[in-house]
Amino acid sequence: MTSVLARRRNRIDDLGGRSLSADALIRLRRNPVAIVGAVIIGLFVLVSIFAPLIAPHDAAAVFPELQRNLRPDSIPGAQPGFPLGSDQNGRDFFSRLILASRQTLIVGVLATLIGLVLGVVIGALAGAFGGWVDTVLMRVTDVLLSIPSLLLAISIAALAAQPSQTTVIIAVALVNVPIFARLLRGSMLAQRESDHVLAATSLGVKRSAIVIRHMLPNAMGPVIVQATLTLATSILDAAALSFLGLGDGDPARAEWGLMLANAQAYLDVRPALAFYPAIAIILVALGFTLLGEALREALDPKGRR
Amino acid sequence: MRALLEVEDLTVAFTRRGEPDSVAVDGVSFDVQPGEIVGLVGESGCGKSVTSLAIMRLLPERGNRVTGSVRMEGESLLDLSDAGMRERRGRDLSMIFQDPLSSLNPVIPVGLQVTEVLTRHRGLKKDAARREAADLLDRVGIPDPRRRLDSYPHQLSGGMRQRALIAIALACTPRLLIADEPTTALDVTIQAQILDLLKQLVAETGTALVMITHDLGVVAGLCDRVNVLYGGRIVERAERHELFRAPRHPYTHGLLGSIPRLDGPPGEELTAIRGSVNDNLPWTAACAFAPRCPRALEVCTASTPEVEEHDGRLLRCFNPVEGS
Repeated sequence: MTSVLARRRNRIDDLGGRSLSADALIRLRRNPVAIVGAVIIGLFVLVSIFAPLIAPHDAAAVFPELQRNLRPDSIPGAQPGFPLGSDQNGRDFFSRLILASRQTLIVGVLATLIGLVLGVVIGALAGAFGGWVDTVLMRVTDVLLSIPSLLLAISIAALAAQPSQTTVIIAVALVNVPIFARLLRGSMLAQRESDHVLAATSLGVKRSAIVIRHMLPNAMGPVIVQATLTLATSILDAAALSFLGLGDGDPARAEWGLMLANAQAYLDVRPALAFYPAIAIILVALGFTLLGEALREALDPKGRR
Repeated sequence: MRALLEVEDLTVAFTRRGEPDSVAVDGVSFDVQPGEIVGLVGESGCGKSVTSLAIMRLLPERGNRVTGSVRMEGESLLDLSDAGMRERRGRDLSMIFQDPLSSLNPVIPVGLQVTEVLTRHRGLKKDAARREAADLLDRVGIPDPRRRLDSYPHQLSGGMRQRALIAIALACTPRLLIADEPTTALDVTIQAQILDLLKQLVAETGTALVMITHDLGVVAGLCDRVNVLYGGRIVERAERHELFRAPRHPYTHGLLGSIPRLDGPPGEELTAIRGSVNDNLPWTAACAFAPRCPRALEVCTASTPEVEEHDGRLLRCFNPVEGS
């Protein structure tokens, strides 16, 4: 009994600040969907960090004992030392699968981050200034949004003379820019009409401080949620670009989208070559989506208790 | 004594392409003496909030036209540059709004919102501003102010938030404070506390207060002079005691009659004012209140009543209630 009372008292006495984001984190930890998503992503990140330690072999190494058994109608399966058998070129499939997680993480995170930063700058400018700045920026955004995202990414990637991982990142990042810009601009506009911005204005707070301190932090919620969801689509887009041959052409490099593309020719010989990379892509995308959805719920003011 | 704030013929019209302008405030004039508490009373839609926003120049940039003059200490606020107005807001004149929760920024601690004003207008350094902010919170009756500085708005109760907003508004001891229905969102006991606090603070600091409210109870306890607004125009202005002793405009009379009185005879029926603001006539050729007025004459719907002064009281009515 006393312990309950003591805890209540403590809670009442706890005047220290607990911000909205701290509140959201607490709500997030109670949500099983968030935990599933976080576990998937956590495993994925761990695997990609420690990939060279986990993978028994080098991604590019060709093994004679595997290559010997390659036939047009059969690819060697699991055997001692090679848990998932060989790929179509006599390399260790398991090692390649593990090492590919790194590429995927780098591409996904960088493409999202670059898109986020550019999008936030554009959206904040449009939302804060309004008028012709808003009109010009948003019309450009509209044009970019009107093109299907993958088509846009393909066009941008195709502009590069030499397809590489960098061009994939840039292409996917540019596709993300208008999404973030549009989203932030909308919530900045909503903030501009809000009571607390009016109150800050009535106190003579400078315009720059109003934008940076009073509008932007309040407008970022939906953008952060979108960022987690965009991580998923960025990974899918990057995989799609590799699959379509617009990624890094280096056959030694392991990348899930590329592995999937190359496995096409051997689908009837050894479907596992396509199955594992596909499952990996789906799992990671699912992880980010689950976490993003949970984050959206946690940040939703209506969910506050 | 020279008036602190002189509002003359203030008119605010909301413009919309393809539609006739809608006039929210229609030639309102009043003044506020230093340290005085002036009430602006009327029902929803009578233009009281728009008047306050126009004085603070907080109306949206587009879609409205403000004419007339607003002078503070002789300087025309409507002619100031945007930057000049930003300098004055919060320092010379500031404002408290209706809803204390939405008027505070939810993502930054309360303390920062107090110090922000102090660093902006009084040039205080971070540490000094924080000490001053704690003092301010203490003065408005927030317990344990030092720790409260780190609280976020959602961790404070409604009354506490309004106290914090008052602290912010009075942080630079402005000479004029406009309070737009500061107690509407609070429950009755808290209302009384907040009003007492406001009254005490403006007395201490010599700040003049423009109290905007629809609640005559608030006016009765607080204001020196009262302006009654109807349909964007002032229909009656009097000293507080005069107004309550003998309301002369039928609208004021009706407002007072619609409030239950503790000292009234038992079983007394309250008289309601019939109709709503939607029944108003345009002021251009009638008294806007005429359709709802129990004392309306032929002339009330035929021509506009002008403001007349009777023994220190302004009145805009053809057929006022006889003073007793």
